[in-house]
Amino acid sequence: MSETMIGAAPPFTRQITVQVNGEPRQADVEPRLLLAHFLRQTLGLTGTHIGCDTTSCGACTVLLDGTPVKSCTVLAVQADGRDVQTVEGLMSGAALHPIQQAFHEEHGLQCGYCTPGMMLTSVALLAENPDPTEEEIRWAISGQICRCTGYQNIVKAVQSAAATLREGS
Amino acid sequence: MASPTVRGLGHSVERKEDARFIRGKGNYVDDVVLPGMLHMEILRSPYAHARIVSIDTAAASALPGVVAVVTGELMAAHNLAWMPTLSGDTQAVLATDKVRYQGQEVAAVIAEDPYIAKDALELIEVDYEPLQAVTGPQQALAEGAPLIRDEKEGQTDNHVYHWEAGDKAATEKAFAEADKIVSLDTFYPRCHPSPLECCGCVADVNPATGQATIYMTSQAPHAHRTLFAIVAGLPEEKIRIISPDIGGGFGNKVPIYPGYVVATAASLLLGHPVKWIEDRTGNLISTGFARDYHMHGELAIKDGKFSGLRVKMLSDQGAFYADAQPTKFRAGLFHIVTGSYDIPAAWVETDGAYTNKAPGGVAYRCSFRVTEASYLIERLVQTAAYELGVDPAQLRMDNFIKPEQFPYTSATGFEYDSGDYQTAMDLCLEKLGYKELRAEQAKARDEGRLIGIGVASFTEVVGAGPSKTYDIAGLKMFDSAELRIHPTGKGVLKLGVKSQGQGHETTFAQIVAEELGIPPEDIEVQEGDTDNTPYGLGTYASRSTPTAGAATSVVARKLRAKAQTIAAHLLECSEDDLEWTAPRFSVKGAPDRGVSIQDCVFAAYTNMPDGLEHGFEGVTYYDPPNMTFPFGTYAVVVEIDRGTGQWKPLRVVAVDDCGVRINPMIVEGQIMGGLTEGYAIAAMELIDFDEDGNCIGSNFMDYLIPTAWETPHFELGETVTPSPHHPIGAKGVGESATVGSPAAYVNAIVDALAHAGVRNLEMPVTPDKVWAALSEVGLAQ
Repeated sequence: MSETMIGAAPPFTRQITVQVNGEPRQADVEPRLLLAHFLRQTLGLTGTHIGCDTTSCGACTVLLDGTPVKSCTVLAVQADGRDVQTVEGLMSGAALHPIQQAFHEEHGLQCGYCTPGMMLTSVALLAENPDPTEEEIRWAISGQICRCTGYQNIVKAVQSAAATLREGS
Repeated sequence: MASPTVRGLGHSVERKEDARFIRGKGNYVDDVVLPGMLHMEILRSPYAHARIVSIDTAAASALPGVVAVVTGELMAAHNLAWMPTLSGDTQAVLATDKVRYQGQEVAAVIAEDPYIAKDALELIEVDYEPLQAVTGPQQALAEGAPLIRDEKEGQTDNHVYHWEAGDKAATEKAFAEADKIVSLDTFYPRCHPSPLECCGCVADVNPATGQATIYMTSQAPHAHRTLFAIVAGLPEEKIRIISPDIGGGFGNKVPIYPGYVVATAASLLLGHPVKWIEDRTGNLISTGFARDYHMHGELAIKDGKFSGLRVKMLSDQGAFYADAQPTKFRAGLFHIVTGSYDIPAAWVETDGAYTNKAPGGVAYRCSFRVTEASYLIERLVQTAAYELGVDPAQLRMDNFIKPEQFPYTSATGFEYDSGDYQTAMDLCLEKLGYKELRAEQAKARDEGRLIGIGVASFTEVVGAGPSKTYDIAGLKMFDSAELRIHPTGKGVLKLGVKSQGQGHETTFAQIVAEELGIPPEDIEVQEGDTDNTPYGLGTYASRSTPTAGAATSVVARKLRAKAQTIAAHLLECSEDDLEWTAPRFSVKGAPDRGVSIQDCVFAAYTNMPDGLEHGFEGVTYYDPPNMTFPFGTYAVVVEIDRGTGQWKPLRVVAVDDCGVRINPMIVEGQIMGGLTEGYAIAAMELIDFDEDGNCIGSNFMDYLIPTAWETPHFELGETVTPSPHHPIGAKGVGESATVGSPAAYVNAIVDALAHAGVRNLEMPVTPDKVWAALSEVGLAQ
C-alpha cells in the first residue's frame, strides 16, 4: 500500500486508464476492485463471466497485454496503463474472429458461460503456436472448466481456427 | 424426413443461440442491471448444528451504503421464515431457532454496492451455541442421536421416510430358489451439479402495483411462479418469472432457494430491485446436492439367469427433506433398478434420514435417482460375472430383455416403451474390439501391467410424465408449446420448458421444420418468460424432448391440417386430393399444381376460406402416455499405474439409443458432456464432511472437476429404436451418459484388479483407494 493511502478514509479511489479492446477507458476505482468487476460493472462488458471464488474455473479469463489472466485475481489498478482484450473485442467490424466462427461450427459451446474465456485463451495459444497438437490445446485450456461440452469439440474448434488462421497468414 | 432445404429431423443444424454467446452477448442473470438496483449478500452459518443465541446487526446496519439487514426474525414477522420444500417438508429461509447445516442462511445484507454488502457481513455478530453434528444417516438413526428437526411437530427422531416398491413375497421366493446369490454394498457419494454459473436472481417488486418481476436462474420458471405465489402469498397474475440465459443447470436450478425468497421480500419491503448472486462456496455448500445413497443390492441367479433382485437403501437427506422429485416416489425413480435385464421379481426398500448437511437432493444430470439405480445394477451384474466366472458382457447379454418382449413391464411396475439392448451392446463391443482387447488384457497382465475393461448397459426412464402418475408438488408433469406463424411465413414457438445450454432454440425449430416445412432459421424459439410462454414444468430429468418436443410436433401438425384446408381453397380442389411433401401441398398426380406452406400461412391472414378462423396459431398441452426409455452400452478401458494407484481411461466408447435424433450434433454434444460428468463423479467429485459437519468440497480447489487435460477422448456410436408413443419417436438424451457411464468407469477399474479378488472400489475412485486395493492384494509396486 502506498503512503498516500494510509489513513485515508475508505472508500478511497484511484484513477486508472486501461486500454480495453483498443479504446482507452478511464475510471476512478477502489484499489480493491477486481478487474473482472471493473470490466463487468464499471464498463458494462458482461461477456466476461465469473464462476468461482478461487481462481479455479477460468470463466473470467481475459487477455492482459496478450496473456491470458483470470480477471477475478487481478486488481483493476494492476491493469492501469495496460492492454486488456475481452470477448467483446474479438470481432473485426461485423466479421467474426476465426475462433468465434470455429466454436460455432464445431459445436464448441453449449450454455456459453465458459466460452468467452475459452476463446481468449485459444487466441493467445494460437498467437504463440499456430499449429498446436491436441495435447497442447488441452494443456493450454486446462486452467479453465467447461461443465457442458466434455472439451472434445472445444479442441476441434481450436484446431479448426488454427487451420483458418494459418491459411490467412 | 423433411427435404434438405427444410432441415428437419436428423440434420446437424448449427446452433442459433451461438450467435450471442460467441460475441459475449448472452444475458445471464448477473448481467441484468435495473435502475436503482441494490445488492444482497447472505451470511451463512459456520456451524453444522448450533442454537442461535443472538444476532447483532447494529454495526452492519450502520455501515455507510448498507440499506437493510434482514434476519429470520424479520422474515418471521412476514410469515416467511420458513417455506415448503418440493417434497412436502419445510425449510428455513433464514434461520431463527437453530442452524442445521454449515452454510445455512442466517442473515442477509442489502447494500448499494456488492462490496459494501460483503463488508457488512463481517460486521454481523451471531452468538451460536454449538450442538453435536450428525454427519451420516446411520448415525442419525442410531439410538440417542441429537434431534435435528426439533421444531417439527411430532418429529421425535431423524427418520424422514420409508418407501417400498416391487413384490416382496415373489422376491423372497426367487431368493429361496436361487442357486447363486451375489451381493454388493456400495455408497454413491454426495456430489454436486455445480454448473459454471452459480444461482442468483434480480427481484423487482413494484410496491405501488404489486407487480413482481423476478429474473432468476430457474430450470422451471412456471412451476416457480406458482410456488412463489404459494410461498410468498403474492397473487400469481402479478408474478413474472424471467429465466434468462442459464450457465448450466444439471438439476441444480430446479429448487427454490432461500436467496430468491429473501431478495424478493427485500425488494417488496424496500421498493428497489434487489440482486443476489451466489458465490461458488454458497453454491457448493447450500444448494441442491446429488446422490448420497448407501445401497445394498442382492441378485438371485438360477441357471445363469437373474431371477430376483433385492435392494435396501439409506439416503442422506440433509437437514430438510427437499428432494426435487415426483410426489409419489420417495426415492425418485430408483425402482428402475432392474435396468436392462429381465428380472421377474424385485423388491426395493429405502429409508431417508435427516442429517446436519445441506438439503435439497437434486438429480445431478439424472432423471430422479435413475443414476443411483443404474450404478447399482451395473456394478452388481459385474460382481455376479466374476462370482460366476462368466464374461461380464456375456452375462449381460444372457439376461437382457429381448426386443420381442417390449412393451415390457418391469418387476417394479414400469412399462418400458421400447428397447433393443443386444444391438447396442454388439455395436459397442465391435467398435471397442472387445475380444482382441480381452486378449491384450491377458497379455498385459502377464507383463505385469494392469488393464481393465468395464461395460455398462444402462436403461433410463425419462420424460415425466403421464400426469396420472407424475406431479411435482401437485403440479402435473405435462408440457406445452404455442406456435404462431406470422403472415410472411416466419414465426415464433413458445415453450414451457427452459434450456440451460441444451440448444432448444435450434432443436425445437427443427421439429417445426419437420412438421411444417418452415426452415429452422425462420422459427424463433422463446422460453423462460412466464408472461410470454404457456405453462409447463420445465427442463430437467431429460424431459424437454419427450414432453415439449412432442407438444411442438402435435401443435405443428394441427396447423398443417389447417394449412391443408387453406391449400385446398387456394388450389380449388378437395383436401383429400392433396399430398404433402415438405414444404408444399400439391395435387395428387399433378405435382406442378401446388402451394407452399408459406402461401397457406399468408392466405390465413389475407384470403381465408369462408367459415375458417383467421390467423395461424395454436397451442398444445401434451400429456405423454408413458415415459421414454433411452438406453445404451458404454465401454471403458483403463490402465492402472501399480506404482501410484493412478488410473487412466485409454478408451471410452459410448453407444446410445435415444430413439430418433433431431440434431445429431447437439445429441453428441450432450453425450460427451455427460460422459465427462460421469467421469468426474467416478474419479474426483465429492462433497464430504468432517465429523463436525464442516463441508470438505466447498470450493473448486477441494471439489475437483476435470479439465480438458484429464478428460478422456470419446468415441460415439448410435442405434435407433424409436419411442413408439412419441410423435417423432424421440427420447430424452441429456442425462444418459451421466447415468450410464460412472458404472462403466468403475467396472473398468475393478476389472483390472478382479483376477486378484478385488470386487469393489468406492467412488470417487481416487488413486489412494486404488493404491490401498493394490497393496491389499499384493499388486502394488
